[in-house]
Amino acid sequence: MDAVIPRLDNSAQDRLRDLAPQVLSVLLRRYRDFGGCEDAAQEALIAAATQWPTQGMPDNPKGWLITVATRRLTDQIRSDTARRLREQLVVSLVPADQQIALAADAAGINERDETLDLYFMCCHSALSAASQVALTLRAVGGLTTGEIARAFFVPEATMAQRLTRAKQTIRSAGAAFPELTPSDRAVRLPAVLRVIYLIFNEGYTPSGGDQLYRIDLSSEAIRVARLLSQLLPEDPEVGGLLALILLTDARRAARTGPNGELIPLDEQVRSLWDQRRIAEGRQVLQRALARGATGAYQIQAAVAALHDEASSTHDTDWGQILALYELLLRFEDSPMARLSHAIALAMVDGPAAGLQALDGLAGDPHFATSHRLDAVRAHLLERAGNRDEAIRHYRRAAQRTASTPERNYLLLHAARLNESGSSAAAP
Amino acid sequence: MKYMLMMNTPGGGPYQIASWPAEDLKAHIAFMMGFGKKLSAAGELAGAEGLSGPDQAKLVRAGANGEPITDGVFPESKEFLAGYWIVDVDTPERAYAIAAEASAAPGPGGKPLNMSIEVRQVMTGPPAEWMP
Repeated sequence: MDAVIPRLDNSAQDRLRDLAPQVLSVLLRRYRDFGGCEDAAQEALIAAATQWPTQGMPDNPKGWLITVATRRLTDQIRSDTARRLREQLVVSLVPADQQIALAADAAGINERDETLDLYFMCCHSALSAASQVALTLRAVGGLTTGEIARAFFVPEATMAQRLTRAKQTIRSAGAAFPELTPSDRAVRLPAVLRVIYLIFNEGYTPSGGDQLYRIDLSSEAIRVARLLSQLLPEDPEVGGLLALILLTDARRAARTGPNGELIPLDEQVRSLWDQRRIAEGRQVLQRALARGATGAYQIQAAVAALHDEASSTHDTDWGQILALYELLLRFEDSPMARLSHAIALAMVDGPAAGLQALDGLAGDPHFATSHRLDAVRAHLLERAGNRDEAIRHYRRAAQRTASTPERNYLLLHAARLNESGSSAAAP
Repeated sequence: MKYMLMMNTPGGGPYQIASWPAEDLKAHIAFMMGFGKKLSAAGELAGAEGLSGPDQAKLVRAGANGEPITDGVFPESKEFLAGYWIVDVDTPERAYAIAAEASAAPGPGGKPLNMSIEVRQVMTGPPAEWMP
């Protein structure tokens, strides 16, 4: 080092040596790539050694070094495809003057907050849900535009345009890369969780198309949720969401037959369930529950855990599931929560009680064009022994669903019931 | 050249397959899945979509201010598009052969349905020799 800084005086040399590890740690917190950060910090030190003697020491030497090192690092990052995509997006969203200000501001914002803010930027309220999902997959998940397009069965040009428009929307909303306070983050966190849940659900039960399970989107959601839980390990709902998607994803292999046909929970071969996923999900859930502040994701994760623990539908602790859904309704009185509650009620108090609860949902506009209510009603009618009505509702649900595997399942179920001759026995 | 093969649901009610015996329904579903996979493996499949049931279909027209005016539900006897394939093939004859295969999808009792499949060529950009 002495050889390359011959023209700096001793006090400047000492200052530079003191700053070197600080600069490196700032870069590491922000960019993680140790080799690249070290090289970049070294080049910044060399640049300081050659420029400071003639131009004078800058007012903020640390900020100067970080700025120069970041520029060097940017060049290196361009050679790394996955990182490049992420950085280009961030950089393109931040005006040039702010990029330098951001890089030099080493004291206030740290890597954790910057990464978190990237989530919040992608889930900006000015964006449609579809755009939030696409931008999160691109910026946080590091997927290419082509990969995202294929996952959603749209042409790549369409997805590219959706991403471009999302970025323009964010820019015109004046929130390119927000510097958020902790309370801002708390307010915006539900939107981030919702988007991760949407990504998972889109992979798990695609709303259209032939493929029942799209491994890419579900595992992406798990990856992004894991990263978020590393950034916010103390947040119980982040843990709740991660647990919920792990405990749900654990049933993946049992959920579809050889031809992609849907297999409902009560017919699944439970030995196919992924016990490692279940164990991880339960561990995450226990940590989240220990922190209290019970929320909707934690409750749904607790329900998923009860299903995963049971050896059959019969052995499932429906009483506890019913109690959990009653708790859920206090947090989130949504149509889907009420539907789940009615199903649990039918398992505990019998199909008649469940059907009565469904009657209360019939007028809900949420179900006016949905097949869900018909599908659940058909199931409960079948259990109640009302075969003809059950068949009628299975077929009605089949006409209304937009999922091919689900339609096939409902039609086949109705046909088998039709041929079964005698009514199914009520439990 | 690309062709769109359109499968219309036969008249007499939406989703007639709903009343088929389970085994026949299963055979029909398996045929349709295998058909799509075969076209895809042959490099001839450019796209395919099935449409949801016609009971929620609407006809939409723009009103005086451009706002949508919807019309529906439709009589059960009306024919509806159930789904389509787009195939990329060298000759129209090949498109017809594929359409005939789809037409012979198994119905009740495993008997071929021999339903009519409308075949239309998909428009393309200007031919290469016209490009400036």
